[in-house]
Amino acid sequence: MEAVITVIGRDAVGILAKVCTGCAQVNVNVEEVTQRILRGTFAMIMLVDLSNASVDFTTFAEKMSAIGTQLGVDIRCTRQELYDAMHKV
Amino acid sequence: MLDTNDILDTIRMISDENLDVRTVTMGISLLDCADADGRRACEKIYNKITSRAKDLVKTADRISATYGMPIVNKRVSVTPIAMLLASAPDADPVWYARALDAAAKAVGVNFIGGYSALVHKGFSAGDERLIRSIPDALAQTDFVCSSINVGSTKSGINMDAVKMMGPIIKAAAEKTKDNMCLGAAKLVVFCNAPEDNPFMAGAFHGPGEPDCVVHVGVSGPGAVRAALAKLPKDASLDKVAELIKRTAFKITRMGQLVGNLASEALGVPFGIVDLSLAPTPAVGDSVANILEEIGLESCGCCGTTATLAMLNDAVKKGGVMASNHVGGLSGAFIPVSEDDGMIKAAERGSLSIEKLEAMTAVCSVGIDMVVIPGETSDAVISALIADEAAIGMVNSKTTAVRVIPAVGKKPGDVLDFGGLLGYAPIMKVSEFAPDVFVNRGGRIPAPMQALKN
Repeated sequence: MEAVITVIGRDAVGILAKVCTGCAQVNVNVEEVTQRILRGTFAMIMLVDLSNASVDFTTFAEKMSAIGTQLGVDIRCTRQELYDAMHKV
Repeated sequence: MLDTNDILDTIRMISDENLDVRTVTMGISLLDCADADGRRACEKIYNKITSRAKDLVKTADRISATYGMPIVNKRVSVTPIAMLLASAPDADPVWYARALDAAAKAVGVNFIGGYSALVHKGFSAGDERLIRSIPDALAQTDFVCSSINVGSTKSGINMDAVKMMGPIIKAAAEKTKDNMCLGAAKLVVFCNAPEDNPFMAGAFHGPGEPDCVVHVGVSGPGAVRAALAKLPKDASLDKVAELIKRTAFKITRMGQLVGNLASEALGVPFGIVDLSLAPTPAVGDSVANILEEIGLESCGCCGTTATLAMLNDAVKKGGVMASNHVGGLSGAFIPVSEDDGMIKAAERGSLSIEKLEAMTAVCSVGIDMVVIPGETSDAVISALIADEAAIGMVNSKTTAVRVIPAVGKKPGDVLDFGGLLGYAPIMKVSEFAPDVFVNRGGRIPAPMQALKN
């Protein structure tokens, strides 16, 4: 199962490192990362594979959200199908 | 391959523009719960709802967490209770309301619809008893919603039922006067009521529906308004309509996805997506604000009906391609108390009940969540219902009346229901008497539009 992690907020040192560490801790593989600074706002999008994850999706999403709170950024974790449904005909 | 813009677009719609799935509603047929013994029927009703809907809330919450989109309400609609009352002539209808309320609480939904009767051509056994019991049923329960269908394009308008409903609405408000007259806010009078509507207070599970089904109601006025805000003010209306269509497509696809997932997880067939723009009292999540974004100073001014007609049509055109089954009410809702922009328009005097009536000719539903003076006469309320029903009947569309007589309050006062039901100032209604018309009773014949065969 693939999911999309979005990180939006103020840029800070170590965001990518902390999110990747969080993924590695529960055996979630990072497949793709794109990162941009939009008018001072940090926006990072990661595609991750949860098929061998050691925790279920909800626990993983909560873990990511907690990392976000720690870093002062908004981290959301969403199944990719949502974006496909909304943006592809 | 990740498309950054698409992903950020979705995140923004959800986090900043109040995009959500407004309701996942499970329709449950209670036809097999009819029993000559009313107490026994209530037991069967409770058991059927609590077994069919036991996983509804859990499933919707799980989908919401996994896909990162809010699903605001989980609800149940059932077979019109009057159909079950027909076989139990000695039963008290309020027993059935209490059974529905207890079942709703047990499964954790926040409303249950179907304390209803379909009387558009006349009363059958059980219908009149149910209607007379509505004020008590709504006062003695928390989550039960009631609806009565008094007319249709095919059958005309049952004016005997219309005459009955004026005093029933007044009594529903009177019996809950210590609780913001909330009884009347849970009661809708329809013309051309859809059998698969997932939205409250008018949801019921029609007799043509399967045993159990899941419907989804989407929302997203905030997302439409935000998209329009980016258009230049001199962009033509063709461009405005196109942008609304595109946004409605995205919103509806989200609803369709949720419907498919919920249907699969619950093992219940998927019914319909209701393509509605359902506002909330949250700032910016307003249909009135969309009309104002298109170019009106305040909702209710001249131009409102035309703007709303275009909005309603564009929402349907965008949504219909995004979903394989469209149904329910499908259109823009214009409830006053549930829409921040409508509340402000009513407070500043630009929106009148007469303008709302005109608007109902071009959008879904009708005079919705409008607070009227408590001393409004029974006949005036009945005549207001007749006017709305006539608009629905002649235009082959659903119309409805959900007015709340503010018992003991005067024009300018406010009723505050809290939560999604919002608050509203009392609006002025014409006090000239339509009593002779209302008291005639009988049936307004079906219009020529009914003869399509």
